[in-house]
Amino acid sequence: MESCNCIEPQWPPDDLLMKYQYISDFFIALAYFSIPLELIYFVKKSAVFPYRWVLVQFGAFIVLCGATHLINLWTFTVHSRTVASVMTTAKVLTAAVSCITALMLVHIIPDLLSVKTRELFLKNKAAELDREMGLIRTQEETGRHVRMLTHEIRSTLDRHTILKTTLVELGRTLALEECALWMPTRTGLELQLSYTLRQQNPVGYTVPIHHPVINQVFSSNRAVKISPNCPVARLRPAGKYMPGEVVAVRVPLLHLSNFHINDWPELSTKRYALMVLMLPSDSARQWHVHELELVEVVADQVAVALSHAAILEESMRARDLLMEQNVALDLARREAETAIRARNDFLAVMNHEMRTPMHAIIALSSLLQETELTPEQRLMVETILKSSNLLATLINDVLDLSGLEDGSLQLDLGTFNLYAVFREVLNLIKPIASVKKLHVSLTLAPDLPEYAIGDEKRLMQTILNIVGNAVKFSKEGSISITAFVAKLDTLRDSKAPEFLPVLSDNHFYLRVQVKDSGSGINPLDIPKLFTKFAQNQSTGTRNSGGSGLGLAICKRFVNLMEGHIWIESEGLGKGCTAILIVKLGMAERVNESKLPYMPKMPTNHGQTAIAGLKVLVMDENGVSRMVTKGLLLHLGCDVTMVGSSDECLRLVSHEHKVVFMDICVPGIDSYGITIRIHEKFTKRHERPLLVALTGNTDKVKKENCMRAGMDGLILKPVSLDKMRSVLTDLLEHRVFFEAI
Amino acid sequence: MDLVQLQRQLVDYRTSLYHEGFLDEQFTQLQSLQDENNPDFVVEVVSLFFEDSERLLNELSKALEQQVIDFKRMDAQVHQLKGSSSSIGAHRVQKLCIVFRNYCEAQNVEGCLKCLQQVKHEYGIIKTKLESMFQLEQQILNAGGSIPV
Repeated sequence: MESCNCIEPQWPPDDLLMKYQYISDFFIALAYFSIPLELIYFVKKSAVFPYRWVLVQFGAFIVLCGATHLINLWTFTVHSRTVASVMTTAKVLTAAVSCITALMLVHIIPDLLSVKTRELFLKNKAAELDREMGLIRTQEETGRHVRMLTHEIRSTLDRHTILKTTLVELGRTLALEECALWMPTRTGLELQLSYTLRQQNPVGYTVPIHHPVINQVFSSNRAVKISPNCPVARLRPAGKYMPGEVVAVRVPLLHLSNFHINDWPELSTKRYALMVLMLPSDSARQWHVHELELVEVVADQVAVALSHAAILEESMRARDLLMEQNVALDLARREAETAIRARNDFLAVMNHEMRTPMHAIIALSSLLQETELTPEQRLMVETILKSSNLLATLINDVLDLSGLEDGSLQLDLGTFNLYAVFREVLNLIKPIASVKKLHVSLTLAPDLPEYAIGDEKRLMQTILNIVGNAVKFSKEGSISITAFVAKLDTLRDSKAPEFLPVLSDNHFYLRVQVKDSGSGINPLDIPKLFTKFAQNQSTGTRNSGGSGLGLAICKRFVNLMEGHIWIESEGLGKGCTAILIVKLGMAERVNESKLPYMPKMPTNHGQTAIAGLKVLVMDENGVSRMVTKGLLLHLGCDVTMVGSSDECLRLVSHEHKVVFMDICVPGIDSYGITIRIHEKFTKRHERPLLVALTGNTDKVKKENCMRAGMDGLILKPVSLDKMRSVLTDLLEHRVFFEAI
Repeated sequence: MDLVQLQRQLVDYRTSLYHEGFLDEQFTQLQSLQDENNPDFVVEVVSLFFEDSERLLNELSKALEQQVIDFKRMDAQVHQLKGSSSSIGAHRVQKLCIVFRNYCEAQNVEGCLKCLQQVKHEYGIIKTKLESMFQLEQQILNAGGSIPV
């Protein structure tokens, strides 16, 4: 045995096992050295690796392991002790590091594992988000489709286009096989197939409306899946394929009347159309919620669009109708204007044309009256005059009425004697009334002022008209005329809500009531009475021959006088009462013949002409005769007194220059005397001037005097100065008519 | 009584008659007609008026007592009375006559009766007053004075 420090291996190196061990160790060392290199390489490559120092440890451990195995290679042959010690050192180091590493790994591995779980969690989350993204995207797309659909639908107001567009767009969006719209028929009992997507011209296929499925669809505002076997869903010819799922939704048909001001439309009164959508057959597609929602939204939009279209249609129709009416009205208005203008022109022309001949007739007849005539001729001329006056009045009436309508008539205001107006009316109506044996009574209230300011002629015309009507329409009985001042309360309860009387200090309201016991008037006819040309054709009245203008004119006059006129009657056969209220001004007692109390003024004015004038005075009243005589004597006249008309005629001579006649005595036919005096003195210069003396008179009387041939008229009582001036005037101008 | 006092009394009396409406301007006119040629003109006229009125009033009373009243005739008579009273300026009587005539025309018997009473009454008053006035005037004349205007 040599003494070397070599260690021999236990086994011979040529042994097969040793050889394999040798090779394995070599490869292990190789691997163990390359592993850290790889780690370093890849760690350097990767950006994130949190456990660098672990790596270092691990690297060290592996390197040492590799070193160990490498050194082990030398131990297979005889090797020195140094090799063995190196080997041992390496092993010890390796052991130390590996132990440390093992201890470190206890801490690290849980961390590494948790990294893994986190990674799994994040992956799941990512998958979920992806799913939701997909969902949102589909929804957004749906929304886009709806908007586009709505836009398409709303861009037109034509009903057919709306519906067609809806079906087309829905079909495209949802990739439907078939889409159809069923509209309710006019009767409301059936649904008729109105529009389909694929079939160009749908047959007029109807389905009764009271089907359980249809009711179910109509009762909810959601899209409802229905069975493909339902009558409304049988849109495709039956084939061998599996029909796709069908959904139906109701489309409310809104009418204008559904929109109340304060309420929303009630669902119970709505009519619905049915929209049916069919998915492609033989596909496994199902209706998704978002698709159903889309369908519901579209159905609502369609409803709104349809109602807009309907409203627009109606408003267009209404507008057309209005335009037509406008045109018609315009035409009517123009025609009416033309008619009015024509009438006015006609009246204006006729005014002149009618009045000219009338004037000629009246003037010439008056002149004729003044000439020598036999009594028969005079009677004829008088009749001519009367008739022409009547005609002239009628013409004036007609022209008045048109003047009244134009608003161009003005009242002739003046002071007049109110009592005289009534008496005159009475006088004029008495002859006719007595012929018909009607009793006429006049009652004037004591507080009725004697004088008033107003339009005397028209007031008399109005009262005469009313009284005349009362007489005309009464066959028997009595007529009573009452006149009094209307108090405020009586004014208020007149049957005229628009009549608002205003009392003022210098006005009063005259109320005249004419009550007759004649044929009466049906209360329903009363409003028509005051319309012109409408004559009441009641049975039993003979044709009065009036023109029907009277009451209409009266009403207009009364309106001008700020008053009111109406007729009350309880019915046919019960008589009627005409009531008239007019506003008159209060007059102070004006009597032109009265002069204020003046002391006697001796004047020579005209005295010479009067002195010695031969005068005849005719007056039945002794006292007034005496007064007049005294007056004239004082003036220096030569007075002859007579008490009756016969005496007057007997005594009158050409020496008398003036004859004063009192004509206000009833029973004296002063006009007759006048005429006879005219007859007696045919030559004008021989005839004495005829002057009427009267206590009260009115324009009518004055005109009568003038027409009868009198040369003058004075009102009693006559003062001295007045008589003087009258005589002077008379002798100078040969006429003197006192202003009344 | 003193002349001046009498005259003053007369003037006052006359003025009061005008004031109270018994007489009106017509009476003044009558007075103005009285002159040297016609010294008693007023008295004559007034006396004639009294006679006439009394006659008329009697007739009116009688007429109203009849069974069948002749309103026309009554109207004529009242007209006469009215004329007379207006001629001398008996204002109140004249006014009553107007009312009387209305009643006659309305043939209102009650009204006529009432009115007649009133007319008689007024007539009585005016007669008394005028008579007193004339007496005063007479006294003045007797005293040697002249009647103031």
